[in-house]
Amino acid sequence: MTVMPLSPVPAIRPDRVPTLSVTEPAAAAGPAQSRWRGMFASSAWRQLLLLTVLAALWEGAARWADNELLLPTFTAAAQALGRGLWSGELLWRAGISLQLLLQGYLLGVVLALSMTALATASRWGRDLLASLTAMFNPLPAIALLPLALLWFGLGARSLIFVLVHAVLWPLALAASAGFASVPETLRMAGRNYGLTGPRYVWQILLPAALPSVLSGLRVAWAFAWRTLIAAELFFGASSGQGGLGWYIFQNRNELMTDHVFAGLALVILIGWLVERLVFSTVERWTVRRWGMQR
Amino acid sequence: MSALATAVLPVSAPAGPRPGPAQAPLPMRLRVEGLSLDYPGDQRVVRATHRVDFQVQPAERFVLLGASGCGKSSLLKAVGGFLAPAEGRILLDDQVIRGPGPDRVAVFQEFDQLPPWKTVLDNVAFPLTASGRLDKAQARARARQWLDRVGLAEFAQAFPHQLSGGMKQRVAIARALAMAPRMLLMDEPFAALDALTRRRMQDELLALWEQERFTLLFVTHSIEEALNVGHRILVLSPHPGRVRAEFNAQGLSPAQRHQLGQHIENLLFER
Repeated sequence: MTVMPLSPVPAIRPDRVPTLSVTEPAAAAGPAQSRWRGMFASSAWRQLLLLTVLAALWEGAARWADNELLLPTFTAAAQALGRGLWSGELLWRAGISLQLLLQGYLLGVVLALSMTALATASRWGRDLLASLTAMFNPLPAIALLPLALLWFGLGARSLIFVLVHAVLWPLALAASAGFASVPETLRMAGRNYGLTGPRYVWQILLPAALPSVLSGLRVAWAFAWRTLIAAELFFGASSGQGGLGWYIFQNRNELMTDHVFAGLALVILIGWLVERLVFSTVERWTVRRWGMQR
Repeated sequence: MSALATAVLPVSAPAGPRPGPAQAPLPMRLRVEGLSLDYPGDQRVVRATHRVDFQVQPAERFVLLGASGCGKSSLLKAVGGFLAPAEGRILLDDQVIRGPGPDRVAVFQEFDQLPPWKTVLDNVAFPLTASGRLDKAQARARARQWLDRVGLAEFAQAFPHQLSGGMKQRVAIARALAMAPRMLLMDEPFAALDALTRRRMQDELLALWEQERFTLLFVTHSIEEALNVGHRILVLSPHPGRVRAEFNAQGLSPAQRHQLGQHIENLLFER
């Protein structure tokens, strides 16, 4: 058995009590990173590079398959998209879809938030909301379309009905989870100032639950967009008023596959733009600025 | 030892006016009478405090001291109106307390008592407008004064997450005192701070008391903090919380204070 030698006892060193320098340490001038360096460091460039690689792979695969009915090339789809946008047809179709989407989305958001607010007021409300979300959240909103057509007929009202369903339940679920996780201390602080009822919900619970509410709004947006496109694949034949989904369906029937891809690309592009421009911006202005989310 | 004998006055006798030659009863800001508090548990009701009595004079710094489980925080919440009595009653200026109100402002231990979406200035101004006391401009002016008094004037536009723990507690104190409450309730306000900051915050609190003479109900588990902050110390024993003793801590010499600390320690650790 070898015994490790003990380290020697440390040497005694003199005390030191320096006088504090009065001059301030050199103040950090400006932001730590310049704007350009920030842009290069961001993941946007890496994502762009990856997308370019994927597009190149697509182009290669399409040329190899050499069947423009099944798989048009990337360039053909891009041209179809460019032509569609230039002629205004795609924009017009997208406009129809977005108009419907916004109506359904806003209605769903208002309903979801007022239901959640009511659920905080009483146990009955809370149990009702819990069982309703448990029942309807797993049900795909599009499955209600046949019923909606029966009730409201072919047209915008049926679409708005399914859109509300697509938005209401996921958002209500996220919002009530957010309300439930508001710290007890913050609740007590709010009640301490005599806040009750709607003012308490509006001034304490809602802002405190904003991270959850925002992520619920995001999920609800994606659900609504999907549901709408799927619903439009069903119909939209009424007086040629179809939106993007109908455009995709129609072009598939006419075997204009490059247009199908153009339509799909626009669906993706709009979803992505809203995510980036709307939700990320709102998040940056609110929950990130307040240090509630990284 | 004689000084300690008067200071150490167990209150097994019902709390009332201090002993002495026939004296008019002292005016009391807060009277807690036979207060029992229950928490509904899963299987049975858990009793947090059992028939607790105490009284607080205006401008008194009254400390509730005890180990965890002695119901001291529950007592403070009951005075705040967040917890309804199972038995007994609480009188604030001879009025029975019903629910929370802006006449008793609480400062908690947790830093998340400050809404993170409001700037420091708005955090202090918010209760003043929410309770309908002042309009927005007046509230902001009052909030600025108070931030200045706790040394945070430069941080008025910062958000709470940008502050250190001690600064957040200063904001909470400024917010509470700006309301000029009839009673300031503090639930272990410095327990989450480091020892150096805690000591400084205690001194700052005492300095503010010298200027304002607010009535303070202060919960702590630290004997040292109780002796430093309190005029009067109520020692509670746990499971359920009952009054173990009540001591005067005002006007003691360092030696007496040390002795009182020893005495409280013995009380808390006896079996």
